[in-house]
Amino acid sequence: MSERLEVLKTYKLYVGGKFPRSESGRVYAVTDSKGRTLANAPRGSRKDARDAVVAARKAFPGWSGATAYNRGQILYRIAEMLEGRREQFATEVAEAEGISRTKALASVDAAVDRWVWYAGWTDKLAQVAGGANPVAGPFANWSTPEPTGVVAVIASQRSSLLGLTSAVAPVIATGNTAVVLAAGASALPALSFAEVLAVSDLPGGVINILTGHPAEIAPTLASHQDVNAIDLTGVAPDAGVASARDLEIAAADNLKRVLRPEAKEPDWSADPGTGRMLAFTEIRTVWHPTGH
Amino acid sequence: MLATRSIKNDAKVAAIDLAITMIDLTTLEGADTPGKVRALCAKALHPDPGAPNAPRPAAICVYGDLVAEAKAALGDSGVHVAAVATAFPSGRASLDVKLADVAYAVAAGADEIDMVIDRGAFLAGHYRAVFDEIVAVKAACARSAAAGGGSAHLKVILETGELSTYDNVRRASWLAMLAGADFIKTSTGKVAVNATLPVTLVMLQAVRDFREATGRQVGVKPAGGIRTTKDAMKYLVLVNETVGADWLDPDWFRLGASSLLNDLLMQRQKLATGRYSGPDYVTVD
Repeated sequence: MSERLEVLKTYKLYVGGKFPRSESGRVYAVTDSKGRTLANAPRGSRKDARDAVVAARKAFPGWSGATAYNRGQILYRIAEMLEGRREQFATEVAEAEGISRTKALASVDAAVDRWVWYAGWTDKLAQVAGGANPVAGPFANWSTPEPTGVVAVIASQRSSLLGLTSAVAPVIATGNTAVVLAAGASALPALSFAEVLAVSDLPGGVINILTGHPAEIAPTLASHQDVNAIDLTGVAPDAGVASARDLEIAAADNLKRVLRPEAKEPDWSADPGTGRMLAFTEIRTVWHPTGH
Repeated sequence: MLATRSIKNDAKVAAIDLAITMIDLTTLEGADTPGKVRALCAKALHPDPGAPNAPRPAAICVYGDLVAEAKAALGDSGVHVAAVATAFPSGRASLDVKLADVAYAVAAGADEIDMVIDRGAFLAGHYRAVFDEIVAVKAACARSAAAGGGSAHLKVILETGELSTYDNVRRASWLAMLAGADFIKTSTGKVAVNATLPVTLVMLQAVRDFREATGRQVGVKPAGGIRTTKDAMKYLVLVNETVGADWLDPDWFRLGASSLLNDLLMQRQKLATGRYSGPDYVTVD
């Protein structure tokens, strides 16, 4: 009997609920912290970014129109699916980030818990961030947070699964749809994470995941007129790519909301608070005459 | 391999503008209102208010009863008004009714008439009946001398999605051309299968062979399901490769479409600014 050949996974993008190759046909070698090649990942192009934005826009009415309760169910489902694959992700995260398996496992568990945490927030944020306002007139007046729209997320390039989750979950919890660029250490775990999303009842297009070079794709997302907000978390000051400042300038053209990168990598294990959810919501206030 | 990554920059700019000038901007819904037709006409006159150099589409295509509305909105802008007629889309009415339908639209000022053939007769083998009907409709396209004379251009819709075979498409194309069609058009947009590249290829070959045989040039109009710039590019490449540049002109090739114009305008904006555009920057039709 001949020796069995190992079957290697072809990593592919995740756009509109499908797993396409990059339309450019390109791939690039993803290396671990010691420079060893882990696998080839698709090297996304500007057109892939455009396609992902189209998919995210298409998914927006359905996702933002779903009840908060239903969104919470689906986020919890993501946690369930991820829990079932924690061993696999522990291996992938350890390889990608160059950390011990024990640490990687803790990071995966934290990511699962974070999905559960945000699942709980979907139908509670409106009470915290919104409310009935006292006004001096015969009106009922109340405010409520609404999703901003299509949000581009430049995910952390250092913390793969936990960083990705911590950036994406708050975006979609409130009803936005996301185009995520996962580069650096995040690339391979992010593409594997897409397999979790694909079986989590999450409608196609709500989260789209691209891999590739931020210098190539981030400016396209920042200047895209149909992207409503951009999270620049993964654009590290020392990343040597298009600087966060350039991306902010490009984003200003259609008045995108911009979440600026922090000076150093955030502590992803800390309590995230509501900041990231509120960064991608708009407060809508309604005045209703009460007829006195 | 049509319209792959090779069409770029200047070539793409030219192709987009050419495609826009070839559009018959269409609204054929039961819910069409005069207001909707006026809005569509405004769009034809100023396709992209942010880019005054954007070309205008060739024509507005509406139901016959809305021709007067469109004509009033478009005036002498050069954008034609095309009317669907002859019991569009099914073609199931008596000849008298069909001819009255055509005469009404022509009297209202339609520059072009998009008629449907009687597919039932065609599929039953009654080719003569189909032929005679087209001849009669062609005669009804004539405008009275009082109304300025001349004749409305006649486009004959074969409804290729119902003709089953390429042989039938070719036969129907020849039949329509011999009966006097100025244009042959693939589809109504109202059945499951609308314009496809293979069917359009057959029709392009037919008009090429017809000109070879008779010296008369006939136009082609694929319609229905052409929604993206890439789709439009594929058709332009097909025209150029099959019949040549003679047909790369709104007088000889049209695209029946509605949402296509917005996609072309978004691509146009991308090429002009370097930024991808979005649906917020074009009209909601």
